[in-house]
Amino acid sequence: MIHALDMGKYAYYVWTSYGVTFGVMLIEIILLATRRKSLIKSITRQIRLNREK
Amino acid sequence: MMKLFTKAFWLQLSSPKTFYPVAGKLIPWFWIITVVLTLVGLYYGFVLAPVDYQMGNSYRIMFIHVPAAWMSMWIYLVMCIYAIIGLIWRTRLSNMMAVALAPTGALMTFIALWTGAFWGKPTWGTYWVWDARLTSELILLFLYFGYMALRSAIDEPQRAARASALLAMVGVINLPVIYFSVKWWNTLHQTMTVDATGKATLPEPALISMLAFTFAFWAYSFAVSFMRVRNEIIETEKTSKWISEELTESNK
Repeated sequence: MIHALDMGKYAYYVWTSYGVTFGVMLIEIILLATRRKSLIKSITRQIRLNREK
Repeated sequence: MMKLFTKAFWLQLSSPKTFYPVAGKLIPWFWIITVVLTLVGLYYGFVLAPVDYQMGNSYRIMFIHVPAAWMSMWIYLVMCIYAIIGLIWRTRLSNMMAVALAPTGALMTFIALWTGAFWGKPTWGTYWVWDARLTSELILLFLYFGYMALRSAIDEPQRAARASALLAMVGVINLPVIYFSVKWWNTLHQTMTVDATGKATLPEPALISMLAFTFAFWAYSFAVSFMRVRNEIIETEKTSKWISEELTESNK
């Protein structure tokens, strides 16, 4: 398994490629999830305010 | 009768209200596919695929580079189709889908360019050349940016949808240019490793890895664009009754 991860002189290029690829994907997921959370938060707050009126 | 059913089915899907829960149910499945196929891709790509006698280990970058490049073009095409549907039938959901796909398409284009650069450096000795394939892929990135910028620059939604749909349609010309660039011009970029007839020049585990990543990226694109379209629906429908019911329900 460790042997399979030994990229020799290409380590920098291979891991930068894979790292950035999965990194930007993860960032996209996190951004979308936080956006959803903040949207839900603001809407539920609005609903509560409307009920209290 | 059958025709009516199909029509009802599509109409139902084109309404944000009915699409919202459907997309919500599909998202976890797309995540499962993404994770499983990514693991398959990594296993075949790093454990089973042998070292390439010419390119050494750097050729493992191809396993994500090629799928990202395919997805960058495919998403553009799908985005354009949604934009055209929105243009003709003025269905709100198809416009939303087009908008939701653009950032993910741009992301795939960026990944294709980035991994291409880090493969090119050890192989060609340079991160970038102004070769037909690379340049047309860069143009694709700018088309995505242009589409998103135009979309957000116009306040009136219908006008924004129309203008950006036209831009997307004109930009479609770039897709065959990218695809055939390696045949049309004498480029530094290699010709297709896998062509449309399925003839491959790669060892089998490498090919399986590439295909696994292709479907992983495909499922990923579905998952994130559905997440984005759901956010978009919440945003535009926030004053409507059904969305407040939907959200208070899921928050319980």
